[in-house]
Amino acid sequence: MLFDNLLSIVTFIPLIGAAIMALFLRGEDAAAQANAKWLALAATTASFLASLFLLTGFDASNPDFQFVEESEWILGLTYKMGVDGISILFVMLTTFLMPLVILACWDVTHRVKEYMIAFLVLETLMLGVFCALDLVLFYLFFEGGLIPMFLIIGIWGGKERVYASFKFFLYTFFGSVLMLVAMIAMYVDAGTTDIAALLRHNFSSKVLDVWGFTIIGGLQTLLWLAFFASFAVKMPMWPVHTWLPDAHVQAPTAGSVVLAAILLKMGGYGFLRFSLPMFPIASDLLADFVLWLSAIAIVYTSLVALMQEDMKKLIAYSSVAHMGFVTAGIFAANQQGLDGAIFQMISHGFISGALFLCVGVIYDRMHTREIDAYGGLVNRMPAYALVFMLFTMANVGLPGTSGFVGEFLTLVGMFQANTWVAAVATTGVILSAGYALWLYRRVVMGDLIKESLKSITDMTSRERWIFAPLIVMTLLLGVYPALVIDIISPSVANLLGGYETALADYAAENMIAANGGGN
Amino acid sequence: METIILFSPLVGALICGFGWKLIGEKAAQYTATGFLFLACFLSWIVFLTFNGETQQIQILRWIESGSLSTDWAIRLDRLTAIMLIVITSVSALVHLYSFGYMAHDENFDDAKESYRPRFFAYLSFFTFAMLMLVTADNLVQMFFGWEGVGLASYLLIGFYFRKPSANAAAIKAFVVNRVGDFGFALGIFAIFFMVDSIRFDDIFAAAPELAEAKISFLWTEWNAIELICVLLFIGAMGKSAQFILHTWLPDAMEGPTPVSALIHAATMVTAGVFLVCRMSPLMEFAPMATNFIIIMGAVTAFFAATVGLVQNDIKRVIAYSTCSQLGYMFVAAGVGVYSVAMFHLLTHAFFKAMLFLGAGSVIHGMHHEQDMRNYGGLRHKMPYTFWAMMIGTLAITGVGIPLLYIGFPVGFAGFVSKDAIIESAFAATDPAARFAFWSLVVAALFTSFYSWRLMFMTFYGEPRGDKHTHEHAHESPMTMVAPLGVLAIGAIFAGMVWYKPFFGSEEAVDKFFGVTKSEEHAQVLMIGAAYAATETADDTHGEAKDDHDAVAAVPGQGALYRAPDNHVLHDAHYVPVWVKLSPFFAMLIGFLTAYQFYIRQPDWPGKLAENQKHLYQFLLNKWYVDEIYDFLFVKPAMWLGRFLWKKGDGNVIDGGLNGLAMGVVPFFTRLAGRAQSGYIFTYAFWMVIGIAFLITWMTLSGGAE
Repeated sequence: MLFDNLLSIVTFIPLIGAAIMALFLRGEDAAAQANAKWLALAATTASFLASLFLLTGFDASNPDFQFVEESEWILGLTYKMGVDGISILFVMLTTFLMPLVILACWDVTHRVKEYMIAFLVLETLMLGVFCALDLVLFYLFFEGGLIPMFLIIGIWGGKERVYASFKFFLYTFFGSVLMLVAMIAMYVDAGTTDIAALLRHNFSSKVLDVWGFTIIGGLQTLLWLAFFASFAVKMPMWPVHTWLPDAHVQAPTAGSVVLAAILLKMGGYGFLRFSLPMFPIASDLLADFVLWLSAIAIVYTSLVALMQEDMKKLIAYSSVAHMGFVTAGIFAANQQGLDGAIFQMISHGFISGALFLCVGVIYDRMHTREIDAYGGLVNRMPAYALVFMLFTMANVGLPGTSGFVGEFLTLVGMFQANTWVAAVATTGVILSAGYALWLYRRVVMGDLIKESLKSITDMTSRERWIFAPLIVMTLLLGVYPALVIDIISPSVANLLGGYETALADYAAENMIAANGGGN
Repeated sequence: METIILFSPLVGALICGFGWKLIGEKAAQYTATGFLFLACFLSWIVFLTFNGETQQIQILRWIESGSLSTDWAIRLDRLTAIMLIVITSVSALVHLYSFGYMAHDENFDDAKESYRPRFFAYLSFFTFAMLMLVTADNLVQMFFGWEGVGLASYLLIGFYFRKPSANAAAIKAFVVNRVGDFGFALGIFAIFFMVDSIRFDDIFAAAPELAEAKISFLWTEWNAIELICVLLFIGAMGKSAQFILHTWLPDAMEGPTPVSALIHAATMVTAGVFLVCRMSPLMEFAPMATNFIIIMGAVTAFFAATVGLVQNDIKRVIAYSTCSQLGYMFVAAGVGVYSVAMFHLLTHAFFKAMLFLGAGSVIHGMHHEQDMRNYGGLRHKMPYTFWAMMIGTLAITGVGIPLLYIGFPVGFAGFVSKDAIIESAFAATDPAARFAFWSLVVAALFTSFYSWRLMFMTFYGEPRGDKHTHEHAHESPMTMVAPLGVLAIGAIFAGMVWYKPFFGSEEAVDKFFGVTKSEEHAQVLMIGAAYAATETADDTHGEAKDDHDAVAAVPGQGALYRAPDNHVLHDAHYVPVWVKLSPFFAMLIGFLTAYQFYIRQPDWPGKLAENQKHLYQFLLNKWYVDEIYDFLFVKPAMWLGRFLWKKGDGNVIDGGLNGLAMGVVPFFTRLAGRAQSGYIFTYAFWMVIGIAFLITWMTLSGGAE
């Protein structure tokens, strides 16, 4: 192996960049600002390049954790990192997108240094979430990520940024408090905080009585619910999704991109890392509940998206709908569903990121997100119209773009689990075409009548270069999704193997118990 | 070679769409057209040299997940070969035609805007997607083409992006098609669920078992194959604009006319028919689903024909006519004569493309006037166009010499193929077949009437409408007239030339489609056939049945499949004489009525409309389907969206949760409101401390437990 602690290198390069910036960069003049930006770009790019070694060194056929690092840490805690087929692509997605995010905020002039530091710290924390193999470490990264995001919205956001940032913080924070309690319970039960060990540990599924309530699935169900509270908010799932549109609307463009493309994926990752493999009995018991929430989310938020007047809100609601496919795919609990869910998250990272950047392009010019303020942009911005069209189509899941593969696989998975849910979710395909194309029509199509738009200019070359990698990835993964699926499916198959064994054991136990009771 | 056919339009589209700034507009147009003619030339070679044996060519892996395995691959059989020539020929001619038609356009500023490369790139891209659809060797790749043509259609309908009506029509087309795709997608999921594969070979091989399998879907258990076929047909209904999902097609006429000819007449809209034919091994085992197909096809044929009677926009008349003719094709496919459905698809592609291009030529010559009430007497001004349209009309109304058979029937293309459908409908034993037969005969009468009405209003009588426009009316340039000539040859001869392979004896048809039969196969199929036989009931054709039962084909072997008990193709040749004559007389009555109404007594139509006001309004407003949908779906969806947003998200969720949090958010907001953003770092710092404290406390209390 090239480096013994490659994962740590990838994860902490941005933090080191941030530290250098905080310690050595002084002044608020243009030169200092430029230095901050270039330094941030260099740090994120370095992290991306380092992560490429990760990808090339990764053995896709091996479903175990790789690049594992383990050492003693403060207070008797353990520092343990590692990636498997489920997490490595989220690491790649993060390192791939961050340089683009930095480029996207090139025109910011307000407190540039702090802004860059916030993003760099955020990157380290996000990477940490996907790499951490220790509960405490995971929790620290998971919660720590809230702070820079909170600041990004709260300081560099729009008019109602303070309301939005607190809403964002409180929703996600209260969700996580329950998770923390569950983590402690897990530690008490299993005696370790090592995630790899916890994955092998069998949490009890014996029926419990709590205050007169009979809880089927016992401890597993309780733990599952606690984790669910945290991840469902993060995802976000209906009905705890309302913080997202507000956060998106108020966040600066780059903040929205990170939020939609990476932060939301932590919820899905959590389900895959904790809920499904660690609490299989509870997952199975509650699968229909999640499937229905997802189906409702898809239809509900798609309908709401249809009526939005603010571009960012519309895309935010559309994100919630797309995350509905993810949760449904995960809890369909079969190969297609899980592969599809992970694929959908990766693909949504590119597509939603690009869509928020699309809004950013015109917001930078006109300083409004009102759909009604636009119309006929194609007349003066043909390149922009083309890019926006491509990502609109990717968003509605047109085959040939990555959006299709994720949607298709999750729906195939859902159909095997519950045909009602699959049928309801598939109507999302109709609705998404409705809201996405209607948005496109109102913004881009038509004659250019509004006086204020008469002098609007097409994308600059910097903007084009930001979009180029996203376009390539969207089309490449749409035509040749094996690039992603080959990496994830061995780990997914492994996960499902364990899941099904646990269910079979549980069924057998119950059978014996029932027979024993009969005798 | 097939790979070259498939990808050359894509290459053309990319060069034309992205490279025109480098090579110039004219060169870009020539490139796209050149690649298309290459594809067309190769397609004809493939078609003429094809021996009927199914070939498969792998290109690249696509979606693979667990047991689901999808490739980018080409499946070449007779069905594909037919579609190849239809698509590439019409597309090549439409490219050529567009040189003239798109030379000037009032919707764009010629000097400043380069709309032509964009147009040609879209056309070529469409052709690529359509080829993908017909060459697919699995359902998902077909779905790629299916949605790809939908995208191209969306882009081309909305080509005049400044026109609000064009934008609305484009979205409508895409969304209504998505409703169909909803069914198609569910059909694919169901197939994968049952068969564990979405490759055609595996699906077809599993057909006999599927016929006996049950699937629980939504509220109840279904027969698997019936459900799958109905779901797939819902997809076909969307793409082929069948009744209920037809509303987008007339609106699609907002696109430039060459687009209407290529996409909304000859190729894309026939994709649904192609799907049903492609799925013939499944359809043959699904008597209820095919009965449903027959009913929908017959209803559409009749419905669209009635609406076509009163439309005034020349393109809308032809659009409804297309809708109606597609209904004919579905009836043919539904009663089990897939070869006849393909036959009509082929001939229809020629004459309908020609009618559209002819109409385009008229519109071009009349300075984008589309209302037939403002035409009249144009046959002298546009002689070539007139003759082309005349041939097209003779073909669509089905003019020929009935009962004469000299190795093949004598008549225009539409005469041969349409009569084949009507005779098959009569010969079929499905419960809905007799209803379909009468619907189609009546529709044939209407078809004749509205087609001649179009001819008479456009080319005969006195010039009406704007005088200035009529003075400047002119024949179109050679690039537009030449394609008409080529299509005219097809419209005259296609029916007679290809009569035998499509509607000849069962042996001839089987040979053409590469179906081989053996006794061995018959053994394998006994179970499935027995099932199908009990379902289809009716056994009046006993004597024909016996000698056929001994030998049978295996589903999926060859391009089409005919169940051992399906003798419609055979029986259709032995229908009573009056049945064979009925479409001819329907055509004659339609023609004479139109002649009476629009040549001899031009004031009659107005009077009739006055007398039958309600009926006229009902037809003119297209049975009010659009209004009903607006009321049933569009308005409620918007209302619900707004309701869920304002009430659901706003009052219930936010209100509830914030209430639960006892005004925590406002409290913090107020706190932070006092502090300026400069101090927010301080708060962040305290927050970190807070979390650290919380963790410590939790850990300690947890440890104490």
